[in-house]
Amino acid sequence: MSAPAVSAKGLVRRFGTVVAVDGLDLEIDAGTCLGLLGPNGAGKTTTIEMLEGLRRPDAGEIEILGMGWDRDGPRIRQRIGVQLQETMLQEKLTCDETLRVFASFYAHPRPRDEVMDIVGLVEKKGARVGTLSGGQKQRLALGCALINRPDLLFLDEPSTGLDPQARRRVWEVVEAFTSDGGTVLLTTHYMEEAERLSDRVIIIDQGRIIAEGSPQQIIDGLDAEAIVEFRIASDRNGADLPDGLFDDLPGAGSVRRSGDVVSFEVTDVQAAVFALLQRAKEHDVALDDLRTHRTTLEDVFVSLTGRQLRDG
Amino acid sequence: MGRTLWELTRLRLLLFLREPEVLFWVFAFPIIMALVLAFAFKDRGVEPSKIGVLASAPDAVRKALAASDELEVETYDDREVAEHALARGRIDVLVSPGAASEPPLVHLDENRTESVTARLRVRDALQAPLRSGPVTEERPVAAVGSRYIDFLFPGLLGMNIMGTGLWGIGFYLVDQRQKKLLRRMLVTPMPRAAYLLSFITSRFVLLAAEVLALLAFGLWMLDVPLDGSIVLFGLLTIFGAASFAGLGLLVASRARHIETISNLMNLVMMPMWLGSGVFFSYERFPEAMHPFCRALPLTALNDALRAVMLDGAGANDIAPELGVLLAWGVVCYAVALKVFRWE
Ligand SMILES: Nc1ncnc2c1ncn2[C@@H]1O[C@H](COP(=O)(O)OP(=O)(O)O)[C@@H](O)[C@H]1O
Ligand SMILES: [Mg+2]
Repeated sequence: MSAPAVSAKGLVRRFGTVVAVDGLDLEIDAGTCLGLLGPNGAGKTTTIEMLEGLRRPDAGEIEILGMGWDRDGPRIRQRIGVQLQETMLQEKLTCDETLRVFASFYAHPRPRDEVMDIVGLVEKKGARVGTLSGGQKQRLALGCALINRPDLLFLDEPSTGLDPQARRRVWEVVEAFTSDGGTVLLTTHYMEEAERLSDRVIIIDQGRIIAEGSPQQIIDGLDAEAIVEFRIASDRNGADLPDGLFDDLPGAGSVRRSGDVVSFEVTDVQAAVFALLQRAKEHDVALDDLRTHRTTLEDVFVSLTGRQLRDG
Repeated sequence: MGRTLWELTRLRLLLFLREPEVLFWVFAFPIIMALVLAFAFKDRGVEPSKIGVLASAPDAVRKALAASDELEVETYDDREVAEHALARGRIDVLVSPGAASEPPLVHLDENRTESVTARLRVRDALQAPLRSGPVTEERPVAAVGSRYIDFLFPGLLGMNIMGTGLWGIGFYLVDQRQKKLLRRMLVTPMPRAAYLLSFITSRFVLLAAEVLALLAFGLWMLDVPLDGSIVLFGLLTIFGAASFAGLGLLVASRARHIETISNLMNLVMMPMWLGSGVFFSYERFPEAMHPFCRALPLTALNDALRAVMLDGAGANDIAPELGVLLAWGVVCYAVALKVFRWE
């Protein structure tokens, strides 16, 4: 097996008293995509910026494509592509002019038309950046990251703020890059994005890794086939329910309540739902919005932290 | 490095040309300003001094004053009203009767040039009846190169080179910093020195357009002379532009907000507006301040521009000024590169 494209050990970064990244290890095998999933403020941007050489870690070691930032900065930069979390490109330049400037930084840039084709902006070549939609701007930023045929691509929340269709087009560009053998590190707080694009996912919270593996491994680790969720009908006060009413349903794991929404992880959906409906009938409780869904990375996060991924 | 520098320079110029307001400030504004000033300082002949005289002054005195065509005389009955008019600058001097057989008194404000001029004119008018003929012959200057506009124009040129250099770079850089574009550049192999250098190179191109427009206007519309070599003139403006581009980079090297950069720019330019002899010669400041004035880059540029345009100075004559400009440019650029904030 070849050496990992990215390897980091014991990364620590503090901002004043805030420990943004707290002893993080990660490795990305060449040709794979690693998704860094976590809520806002988890330390994703700080981590990726340390790997990009933009921030120095307070502690820890980083190796990129077998090189270190201290000695090989310029050589690493020739071979990586980066999309920062919030770069606004120059509005008054055209797409082609934008790529042209970035191309001039590299020893062996790709032809600009080829890049336009990859990111699907051929017909926007001569358009000013200021006239592009959010999704098109994001794809142009991706184009800038791809102009040097990078071996390794860093993407910090590439689809945040985009509508679902624009998001899918960004995903297609990333998928094309990985299927050509490229290595990707991607941060996101969308679990669909992490699940769809990543070979491996690291879930981080408060600067630490709380789960890692392939999306399937992580989900399997929760030991729940599905999640059952319902609301207690609004005309019945939650307080009236006997405590622990749903605690010992067959096939169901731990129960979680937030507001009037109750959810639990189940190993046997059929048995659990059947028992749930029976229990509700016995106690004359109406269940609203009863539904079940396959366990997702989001559920893993909720289970591990008690919070939602998208909580600020 | 060469290709990067070329592309970054091209980028700066493209962006510049796509900002109509900037075009106005760079090209139209200085010409409008020169026009207004040219009009303001057009030959208007001799302006008479406005003086006051108390009604109680002897008839002979009042007649002699009224006879002078250099004086516009206002007669006051009340001394207090007259003194107030002098204090407010409505009259330049006030003539009142002397005690007993003493000569009349002239009240003046010695800090006001107009007041001092008026005193001399009053003296002249009162002495005229006693003289048989004129003491001196007078001949007003008409020679090209000695009018106020001839003095002013090189100063405006210098001020313009300073202003466009500083403002153009300052606002652009802060904007790029705010948009995080500078950070985006940092993750590419772009040489950082090339990025900063592109500000200086792009200035040269803009400078050519800007200075040529102003110079053409000055030569043809205002009849300002260009006695020295145009090549030397060009070289001098290049030194000036490089100097202020370096200064602009330094001033903008850390600022994160438009307000910060505005304040910093004004702080840097203020001493030069006043002390660099744009509108009046810095020789008017106390002697002790002259070395300080001469060390300012705008002073060096203005002095050298005047020397080349008005006195036909050669390269050797303006070598010290070129040295001052070069030193400012190089030192500022080097420091800016060191302390530059990319985030
Ligand atoms: N430049 C900074 N100065 C101070 N605190 C920062 C800075 N950047 C990030 N932080 C803090 O570090 C933590 C992690 O931030 P970040 O890496 O941006 O998280 P994420 O990208 O996962 O949303 C947050 O608590 C954030 O407030
Ligand atoms: Mg972030």
